[in-house]
Amino acid sequence: MNITLQVWRQDGPGVTGGFKTYQVTDVSPEMSFLEMLDLLNERLTNQGEEPVAFDHDCREGICGTCGVMINGQAHGPQLGTATCQLHMRKFQDGATIVVEPWRATGFPILRDLVVDRSAFDRIMEAGGYITVDTGSAPDANLIPVPKPVADTAFDAAACIGCGACVAACPNGAANLFTAAKVSHLNLLPQGQAERWTRTERMVEIMEEFFGSCTNHGECEKACPKSISIDFIAMMNADYVKAKFKNRRLLAQRG
Amino acid sequence: MTSTIENQRAPFPIAFYRSAVGKKWAMAVTGLAIILFTIAHMIGNWKIFFPDVDGIPEIDLYAEALRGLLFPLLPEHVVLWIMRTGLIVVFLLHIHAAYSLTIMNRRARQDDYAGPRQYIAANYASRTMRWSGTIFLAFLLFHLADLTWGFQPMAPEVWERGEVYANFVATFSRAPVALLYVVAMAALALHLYHGAWSMFQSLGVNHPRFNLWRKGFALGLAVLVFVGNSIMPISVLFGWVG
Repeated sequence: MNITLQVWRQDGPGVTGGFKTYQVTDVSPEMSFLEMLDLLNERLTNQGEEPVAFDHDCREGICGTCGVMINGQAHGPQLGTATCQLHMRKFQDGATIVVEPWRATGFPILRDLVVDRSAFDRIMEAGGYITVDTGSAPDANLIPVPKPVADTAFDAAACIGCGACVAACPNGAANLFTAAKVSHLNLLPQGQAERWTRTERMVEIMEEFFGSCTNHGECEKACPKSISIDFIAMMNADYVKAKFKNRRLLAQRG
Repeated sequence: MTSTIENQRAPFPIAFYRSAVGKKWAMAVTGLAIILFTIAHMIGNWKIFFPDVDGIPEIDLYAEALRGLLFPLLPEHVVLWIMRTGLIVVFLLHIHAAYSLTIMNRRARQDDYAGPRQYIAANYASRTMRWSGTIFLAFLLFHLADLTWGFQPMAPEVWERGEVYANFVATFSRAPVALLYVVAMAALALHLYHGAWSMFQSLGVNHPRFNLWRKGFALGLAVLVFVGNSIMPISVLFGWVG
């Protein structure tokens, strides 16, 4: 396969970037999108040019490190797939592919296709945890969880924090990420003690960095784990409850 | 976490409204109030299709009855003005929330994608909410000038306070005005097609049993409001009424 790539090149944070066109010849259809970028980088290096910087780690769709905008779609044209699991056979021979970094004010560009997603870490620090005794691990299944609840919590926990939801959102909102993280813990018995402070804090920290949800549903389609926007509804319901509950907690009543 | 502590100090409704999720709640609740008003307004106006009562048009009697709600318990016009005030507050809140969320969202997404942006889930209605809302607001002002205040040249020349039926027929006998009303109803229907579904999501009303109904409800509501309202100017224009 021969591919024409239009890649966003930017030397560093805050500087002006632009598209650069590369011809990538002899691409195997069995290559993943990232392997195709590796091939390009190898050739660029051999030519003495600066390789294209992009984020990647596990390359098996579970770490959430990779992710670029491919032809205007986060993680490319295949739904429910991270960039590393997208294969070149999904593209036509001779196709022109536009590759851009996630664009959102909450995700400043560091270099080329790499963005700074530490705003997600700020949201997690605000409440994406439970408080437990450390020490030896407790026996499994000591705390009974109804099966449907466990399944739903697991669906939320599937979030790998790649940021595709923010990238795809026309408002640069992180509601799907935050909702997944909030719901994952709010659904489970272990998450109940901090449920209301978690919801309030995570939502409010999220709003310091990102936009607001207008229910387009683009995030759900962009998500490599196909996380449902039903979780955003759950978070909205819990947020208003949290405002009441936290007033009671302030008076040291449950 | 400073924001949470700061918010805790403000009274609950203000602290809640300060957050974007809270503003979306406000948009949903005020949107629902406007939907209920729109339906009541439409049903009331259907009285133009009914025959006169003792020589007085049915709708004129209805308009007079609205002014005298709860009379003589309260002076005339009081209940009507309470409802009007409520409606004005609801509209202002809806607009303010939409405005400030728009500012927030513009800030959150400053650089657009240079590549061909492909929307998968967002539809025409959801992407034009600001336009359909603004067009409808402009129409609303025209509508008030036309049939409530009787301001020229929006109102017909023969406009007279209290003569609801005559004003109604006179205004829609002007083809461009009738057309404007139909176009505005199309904008409203488009707004409702996304808004009435979005409302459930913002309020956290989400259950697998009725999630499938939410979009159907929004579509049904949009069609009802469009057809139910547009039929009135069209009826006058084609001489079925008046």
